[in-house]
Amino acid sequence: MSTPATTDIKPAPAAPPPIEKIKIKVDGREIEVPKMMPDWQGKPQPTTMLQACQLAAQEVPHYCYHPKLPIAGNCRMCLVEFGTPAMGPDRKPVLNEDGSSKIAKSVLPYEPGTPRGAIACATPISPGMEIYPNSPATKQMREAVLESLLINHPLDCPICDQAGECKLQEYSVEHGQSQSHFVEAKVHKPKAVDLGPRIVLDDERCILCTRCIRFTKDIAGDDALGIVNRGSYSTIAAWKEGAFDNNYTLNTVDLCPVGALTSKDFRFQMRVWFMKETKSLCTSCGTGCNVIVGSREEKVYRYEPRQNDAVNSTWMCDSGRLNYKWINRDDRLKDVVVRGQKSTWAAALKEISEKLAKAASGSVAVLASARQTNEELYLLSKLAKKLGAVTDSVPRVGEGDKLLVSADKNSNTNGAKLTGIASAEMGSNLKKIADGIRSGAIKTLVVFGEDVTKHGIGADLLAKLETIIVSDILPNATTATAHILLPGCAHAEKRGSFTNVKGRVQKFMKAVEPKGDARSEWEVLHELVHNVTGQNGFSSIEGLFNQMAKEVPAFAGLEWAKLGDTGVTVPI
Amino acid sequence: MIVKRANLSFWERLYLPALLSGLQVTWRHFSRTFFAGKKVTMEYPEQKWVVPEGYRGAPYLVRDQSGDTKCVSCQLCEFVCPPKAIKIIPPGSSGKPAERANAEKMPAEFEINMLRCIFCGFCQEVCPEEAIFLQRDYSLTGLSRGEMIYDKEKLLALGGTHAGVQKWKHKLDEAKEQETFPVKG
Amino acid sequence: MDWINQLNPTMQFAIFSMLKVCVVIFLAVMPIVAYAVLVERKVSAFIQDRVGPNRAAPFFVKYLPVVGPFLVRLGIFHPLADGLKSFLKEDFTPAHVRKVYFWLAPAIAVVPAMLALAVIPFGSTLGAQKMVIADLNVGILYTFGIVSLGVYGLVLAGYASNSKFSFLGGIRSSAQMISYEIAMGMSVIPLFMLVGDLNLSKVIAYQADGAWLVFKQPIAFVIFLVSAFAETNRLPFDLPEAETELVGGYHTEYSSMKFALFFIGEYTAMIAASAMMVVLFFGGWTLPFAGLDQPATTLVMGFAHIGIFVTKMLVLMVVFIWVRWMLPRFRYDQLMDLGWRRFVPLALANIVVTAVVLWALHAK
Ligand code: SF4
Ligand code: SF4
Ligand code: SF4
Ligand code: SF4
Ligand code: FES
Repeated sequence: MSTPATTDIKPAPAAPPPIEKIKIKVDGREIEVPKMMPDWQGKPQPTTMLQACQLAAQEVPHYCYHPKLPIAGNCRMCLVEFGTPAMGPDRKPVLNEDGSSKIAKSVLPYEPGTPRGAIACATPISPGMEIYPNSPATKQMREAVLESLLINHPLDCPICDQAGECKLQEYSVEHGQSQSHFVEAKVHKPKAVDLGPRIVLDDERCILCTRCIRFTKDIAGDDALGIVNRGSYSTIAAWKEGAFDNNYTLNTVDLCPVGALTSKDFRFQMRVWFMKETKSLCTSCGTGCNVIVGSREEKVYRYEPRQNDAVNSTWMCDSGRLNYKWINRDDRLKDVVVRGQKSTWAAALKEISEKLAKAASGSVAVLASARQTNEELYLLSKLAKKLGAVTDSVPRVGEGDKLLVSADKNSNTNGAKLTGIASAEMGSNLKKIADGIRSGAIKTLVVFGEDVTKHGIGADLLAKLETIIVSDILPNATTATAHILLPGCAHAEKRGSFTNVKGRVQKFMKAVEPKGDARSEWEVLHELVHNVTGQNGFSSIEGLFNQMAKEVPAFAGLEWAKLGDTGVTVPI
Repeated sequence: MIVKRANLSFWERLYLPALLSGLQVTWRHFSRTFFAGKKVTMEYPEQKWVVPEGYRGAPYLVRDQSGDTKCVSCQLCEFVCPPKAIKIIPPGSSGKPAERANAEKMPAEFEINMLRCIFCGFCQEVCPEEAIFLQRDYSLTGLSRGEMIYDKEKLLALGGTHAGVQKWKHKLDEAKEQETFPVKG
Repeated sequence: MDWINQLNPTMQFAIFSMLKVCVVIFLAVMPIVAYAVLVERKVSAFIQDRVGPNRAAPFFVKYLPVVGPFLVRLGIFHPLADGLKSFLKEDFTPAHVRKVYFWLAPAIAVVPAMLALAVIPFGSTLGAQKMVIADLNVGILYTFGIVSLGVYGLVLAGYASNSKFSFLGGIRSSAQMISYEIAMGMSVIPLFMLVGDLNLSKVIAYQADGAWLVFKQPIAFVIFLVSAFAETNRLPFDLPEAETELVGGYHTEYSSMKFALFFIGEYTAMIAASAMMVVLFFGGWTLPFAGLDQPATTLVMGFAHIGIFVTKMLVLMVVFIWVRWMLPRFRYDQLMDLGWRRFVPLALANIVVTAVVLWALHAK
């Protein structure tokens, strides 16, 4: 990890120059806005009317504009009426009688009575400019644009997956009109086109905003999409049928303001308005992209990226996005099992506590996955310290890419390191544990979230142990040999925090209820730690996190509440 | 607010005239029913009230003129239903596509719990496909709770056919007339 | 029958009294109660343009052509079904009640109403037997004494149920019954001033000789009638059980046979009140023609007298029922106002006027 150990993602410039501001009027209200604002790449560019309106809390409807994409200015939805200070022949502003400068509204050059709008997304502001986002002329322009967008639109809403989060629907209701001048037959375009392995395209619904094209070209770096044909027949197409297949294609589904691009995975699964949205994290790699978990009636339906400029901007990869189905799997561990018998938490915890309390120092080994949360790892390390146990986690190295995907496939490698569960060279203690079992020094093995049979502690070694305590989510060879098996929770079923590869500590919330008898591991561990060490902790995740922050030097100064939605970076 | 009491005359205060007129009224009704048999009630299970057109009875799904399921599983009715009587299982990406090919989807399962339904008619009101109608059935009975949950087959069978605008057929015809871009289905 | 004559008079008296009690209770009062309920339901139905109960059909009805369906439509079998239902329903005792009183209350509601019947002469003679269970000299005083016990049933029910509805019902009933007892008691004093005896048989004899007392004492009759409604908790004075405000009033917490007992109590009280009115105001078992006004000499006449009495009583009961479906319930203050400020003074005035008239007549 070559990232410099700073607390912020971008090194702050030595002395920030004073921000240059200009005064403009939005909807009759004077405000000061910065002259320059960051564009999609974060480079300073002259502030646009759209940004200025946003700063003035005036919404300007837009389709093709996206803060993280290059500006195209092709949908015309953002048209607004505006005016600039009139200049006399002497290049001096013409003044009104009261001394204020006279405003010349923009009009058609050949028809001075007709107001002429400008696309707010691409027009820079100038001092003294006046923007009229609510004027009758602006409203008329919006109505006209929407009418033209709807000319060939199929109005498929009842069968369109986008319905409910469709900008075309929203703007039609808010800014459109219910009537159309258009009486001719609509142009029909291909429907349900197979654009790639994960994407279906409905050409009739496309409003040709080119967000998808710009994303895949400029962000994903895969120039796979384009517009073919002309006029009303223009359609989006992949360079080869079904060849839109990079690992970021599903972001175009989020980007597409209408229901033209839909996810094959989510297609016709559930209407979006039923979805409960929970702020969470993707756990498929060390990046820890921020996501929103969409669930209904205790079933997870989809992940969507959530904006966090310090981590994932507004994107996430397809493999991470689709890696949620295991949460709903039927073979999830649901029962507490003690030596093959279904048991209860109370009985199992009592037994474990007694066993651990009696265990001789050094006779216990703790193997915790670097996919457990910071809090859980912290509690485990506390337990291990008391027991004098050898601890470690399992490293997972895979392939990364330039955009988001990290080579580290553990979601909390840094958490495991900072809490002291993982050894300095993660995985190096595995052999020590195996040897300890072989020699009989280690009699009790505590495993959290790993299949140790795949990591050098085979079934023969497990058979030698007196007690195997395993907590996991899905069944595997290790859970099969466990003497005491504790059903664990998917991250969507509990709260907690992860530390990503760059040291960003981020929290996630609970979306659905745990399956069966499963309980959040931190709750269980909290009880265990209390029973074994006699120290009482906090029985809420907030308290637990704050306590951890006090005791683990790397997290010093952190507080659960201060993590916010997007987390805080700590030095690693 | 103070309501002024009417000043009662002596006769009124005596209460007897009112009593007599009460006797008269009740006698009139009694004799009318008893001797002339002019009752206003019905003897229910044998005589059934034929409800007028437009009555809001049980909601059923309907088919179109071609016998295809009209519902496209948009789930608006499920959303709007105040007592949450409707449960729809959408087809999912691999489910059985709609009977009208270009309508793309129809519900895999559609259940109305008639014990929950309050016959408000919101589902009919909200349905963009004219696929669900409150019909004239008002006496729904069953021997178990389960029996009162009507599934898709039952709802369609009870609902019958509804003649109306065939939007999807129209779309398909329009697309077929077009020279380019033949539409699937 | 000889063995009866051989017994000593005390034994004879005991045997005949028991016989009369059994006959009156089980052959007369109980069926009348049951069918009064049916009449109540039918009459209310007709007054409200409905059909009324016409469903209950026991298995044998289908073997009776024409008659069977006709009886079913009349609802003849509903009282039987109701009775059966009362026995079969769960006898639920809520957890929060005072058990002893809760069990006692329904019985206390029924017994006084039945006891009141003891002194009613429901016929002249049948053979050597007087058709009255107990021909007491102080008949009317006994009646008032017994009737005033009826309130205990309702008050106890209200108290034992430990429910606010029952409690309010109980309180209302006690206040109401005590108030109207006074008016009722005073209303009949002029009668006895005229008759000069408290024995009810003598009252009948007095009427047989002259006009019915209802014509001589119309004011007393009105007061007595209205008070009777109040005493039996019938509409328009059914405040103790006012369904619209008190759920069921004092019997809210009762079910099954215990509830049925309250019902029986109410209807028995109705019978007692009607019978009392027949005796006091309508000449008892007499009719002023065809020689029906003298004690029976033959068995036929004896039965005819009983028939006359029962018919008069039933007519009055129909009036009770009819009024129930005609008048709305009084407000509590109106009820009290009527009792204390109208009827008590009126009854008093009636006594005084009667006394003055009697004095004037005697002085002559
Ligand atoms: S894209 Fe929007 S407006 Fe068009 S059919 Fe889909 S939901 Fe409706
Ligand atoms: S498919 Fe969607 S994102 Fe792409 S151009 Fe069409 S409307 Fe825009
Ligand atoms: S009628 Fe009302 S309650 Fe019944 S299913 Fe329709 S929306 Fe639900
Ligand atoms: S019945 Fe209508 S509203 Fe309900 S899901 Fe079907 S199409 Fe939608
Ligand atoms: S948002 Fe400005 S033109 Fe599309």
